[in-house]
Amino acid sequence: MKTNDVIIQFTAKIVFFIIFFFSIHIFLAGHYTPGGGFVGGLLTSSAVVLLVLAFDLNTVRHVLPINYTYLTAIGLLLALATAAFPMFVGKPFFTHFFDYFNLPLLGKQSLHTAMLFDSGVYLVVVGVTMTIIQTIGEDE
Amino acid sequence: MNVNQMIEWAAVILILIGSIVSVISAYGMIRLPDVYTRSHAATKSSTLSVLTCLLGAFIYFWVHDGFVSVRLILGILFVFVTAPVAGHLICRAAYRSRVPLAEGSGEDELKPKLFPEEK
Repeated sequence: MKTNDVIIQFTAKIVFFIIFFFSIHIFLAGHYTPGGGFVGGLLTSSAVVLLVLAFDLNTVRHVLPINYTYLTAIGLLLALATAAFPMFVGKPFFTHFFDYFNLPLLGKQSLHTAMLFDSGVYLVVVGVTMTIIQTIGEDE
Repeated sequence: MNVNQMIEWAAVILILIGSIVSVISAYGMIRLPDVYTRSHAATKSSTLSVLTCLLGAFIYFWVHDGFVSVRLILGILFVFVTAPVAGHLICRAAYRSRVPLAEGSGEDELKPKLFPEEK
């Protein structure tokens, strides 16, 4: 008998976007309020896990064709590059820079290179969590 | 007593109502006989209690600190959307793994649809 999963699938479609945008918010607000790359990455991967629960592993892999191993590698490279960049301009390892910019629509904002390091952390957390869950989930 | 204080009292009363409803929900979890009636008590009234508590906290921060917390609104929306679905899924899993209904319950219309082979 074919099971009927309309309610959870429809809810998962809506709730995925709530969780995903909240994770982006947590990630961007991490410099001044609680949050940051780690929590944001965990929230993003939990949104993807919700899709995996409601639908199927192969469906989600078809919708989000991401190789999470590469995502982890990109995150590690980004973090290492951010940490190593000051060495080439004569500063110690891991020196961060910041400055104020007038962005369109957003006004005067401070941009900090810790953000790049944090996005590396974000990518690594998403990649590692999703790799673990996919590896366990597709084990027949 | 000015307007701000009155609105703060409204927030306080909302939080009080929320906690009372949550206690009622806990009593329902203890007193009711089977899974389905218990999940009825657990999802509906605790959702309402969480919603009123969050609304009270939102109003309090808005009036007292002048801080509009989008996270609380998002939390209200999120709980309102997800808690009934969670209750539905738990009940459904219970029914499909053949947890019996309480004694004295009347019609069971789902049974001939879901398990037509047994009568």
